[in-house]
Amino acid sequence: MTALGYTQAAAPTRQVAGLSVSAWRRIGLGAALALALIVPFWASSYHTFQFTLVVVYAIALMGLNLLTGYNGQISLGHGAFYAIGAYVTAVLVQKAGVPYWATVPVAGLVCLGAGFLFGLPALRLEGLYLALATFALALVTPQILKFKNFATWTGGVQGILMDKPDAPWGLPLDSDQWLYFFCLALALPLFWAARNLVASRTGRAMVAIRDHPVAAATMGVSTALTKSLTFGVSAFYTGIAGSLGGIVVGFVAPDSFSILLSLSFLVGVVVGGLASIWGALFGALFVVFVPNYADQISDLLGERAKALPWAIYGVLLIAFMYLMPTGVVGMLRTAAARLVEGAGRGRSLGKPGA
Amino acid sequence: MTALLHQIFSGLATGGIYASVALALVLIYQATHLVNFAQGEMAMFATYIAWALVQAGLPYWPAFLLTLAIAFAGGVVIERVIIRPFDKAPVLASVCVFIGLLSIFNSLAGFIFTYTIKSFPSPFAEKAWYGTRFMSPHEVGEIAVTLAMLVLVYAFFRFTPLGLAMRAAAQNPVSSRLVGIRVGWMLALGWGLAAAAGAVAGMMAAPIVYLEPNMMGGILLYGFAGALLGGIDNPWGAVLGGFIVGVLENLAGGYVVGPDLKLTAALIIIVGVLVVRPSGLFGYRIVTRV
Repeated sequence: MTALGYTQAAAPTRQVAGLSVSAWRRIGLGAALALALIVPFWASSYHTFQFTLVVVYAIALMGLNLLTGYNGQISLGHGAFYAIGAYVTAVLVQKAGVPYWATVPVAGLVCLGAGFLFGLPALRLEGLYLALATFALALVTPQILKFKNFATWTGGVQGILMDKPDAPWGLPLDSDQWLYFFCLALALPLFWAARNLVASRTGRAMVAIRDHPVAAATMGVSTALTKSLTFGVSAFYTGIAGSLGGIVVGFVAPDSFSILLSLSFLVGVVVGGLASIWGALFGALFVVFVPNYADQISDLLGERAKALPWAIYGVLLIAFMYLMPTGVVGMLRTAAARLVEGAGRGRSLGKPGA
Repeated sequence: MTALLHQIFSGLATGGIYASVALALVLIYQATHLVNFAQGEMAMFATYIAWALVQAGLPYWPAFLLTLAIAFAGGVVIERVIIRPFDKAPVLASVCVFIGLLSIFNSLAGFIFTYTIKSFPSPFAEKAWYGTRFMSPHEVGEIAVTLAMLVLVYAFFRFTPLGLAMRAAAQNPVSSRLVGIRVGWMLALGWGLAAAAGAVAGMMAAPIVYLEPNMMGGILLYGFAGALLGGIDNPWGAVLGGFIVGVLENLAGGYVVGPDLKLTAALIIIVGVLVVRPSGLFGYRIVTRV
């Protein structure tokens, strides 16, 4: 499984420009948080909406990254869990009158169960076969959502419309800004939990199974339970993201959850960087903004270029993979390792014999 | 009874198309151990080229052969220019490149040829002697073409030095290089052959499903399922798998769940079979040394 080429963390022992690598990391985290808090106050409401989607997709990608990046199970079907999360929320809000914020954990738990159950047969499948099974899941989900016998619940092809919630407690925020902070407030603890999970005993078991399943089993790791639990937790994250996505967009329909959504999740995880917490954020930025830029570029090419955005997207994607085959985080890690190495060498040259 | 036979035979006809896509997937898989998700879109694009050639006044069979040549060259060029730099990259990076290729071909086809649905000529006469009560001449002809392709692929790998060299390059690149096989070119050749096989699949499918940029989406999935069901390391198994998937899909749609859920039913059956037999019905079980 090492052939998958997961990025290796640079050992953070040396100093760069007088600060240790972990201090630089903390500074980066603080800066990113500060930036995240002020974004909705200077961005237009459309841009705020886009950044909300970035947060939502980042949660989904975090889920997929736990499965694919840390546990080595490939999924081409996480769009299905996203769809289930979104539909659970929509049905509960519109048909049962549950307040929107209360549906989010329900959506997560439903997906946790669905993911765990799907993970059980998936235990028998590896690599390509798992890819096919999950691919099938992604293709089948819209068909089931469209199925006419469920239409009283799912709204059939038309889907379900929801009202956009306003800010509660008289907060001076418009609905887009409120939703941004709502998603961010859920994303932060989820990311924190994911970070702690992968740093824990269970997290090490997940990575061990990815790198050498036989050795992991010999060391007493319960391969089957860990793998299917990872599937469940991964689906939990993606289901919560789906639920939030449904609330933010205010509309769910089978065709918004096509196979393209699942593929763009996979692309996001790889572009961001496998087996990294930050990778989910970079991947989400790619998933939200690159198709948009492709659109704008093709607009410059004139009226006939209506069909071209996806060609431009494809070219950008291939170019991206060419420049950073291990994703944004992989590149940053390599760059950091070089810096640390360079700084270390500089010091030892400066003080010979030290 | 007649209805049942109808369902089975029309399933065999669509299965023939899945089988030829499966064969194309096997050709690349054998060389690189990757499944090319862009295979369907490449086939679709080649079919548009054939359509343009026929529109330009070329008779069918010359256009067919010219398309094969163009597809072969295109496959080789794609491997040399786009895929080669990812030789040492992680598997999932290659998968992303395939997704990129897929969207490029899909959107270019829409850009150049528009999204209007076009009809595509069949080389087989409407009322030929080989047409039967259950299958149109095109369906019979298309199955024959698939089987002929299978025999050609088999003979190529089994009896020609070049085929042997390609198998060697896939199985053990280092030793192959030591005995003088140009491994890089063998991979490019594999891509060329796969692109040509895909083009055949596209040209055989187009008279049935009509020509449009998204025509191969579902077919690719079924081809993939067929290849895995039969065993992706085995051309015979892959082709048989393609036929099985075609028949299963039709029977499930006709008798079990109705047309709305036939994709669902077929996929559940396929995944179920794979859970029981993880390396496919006719695949080789790979035993790894710890």
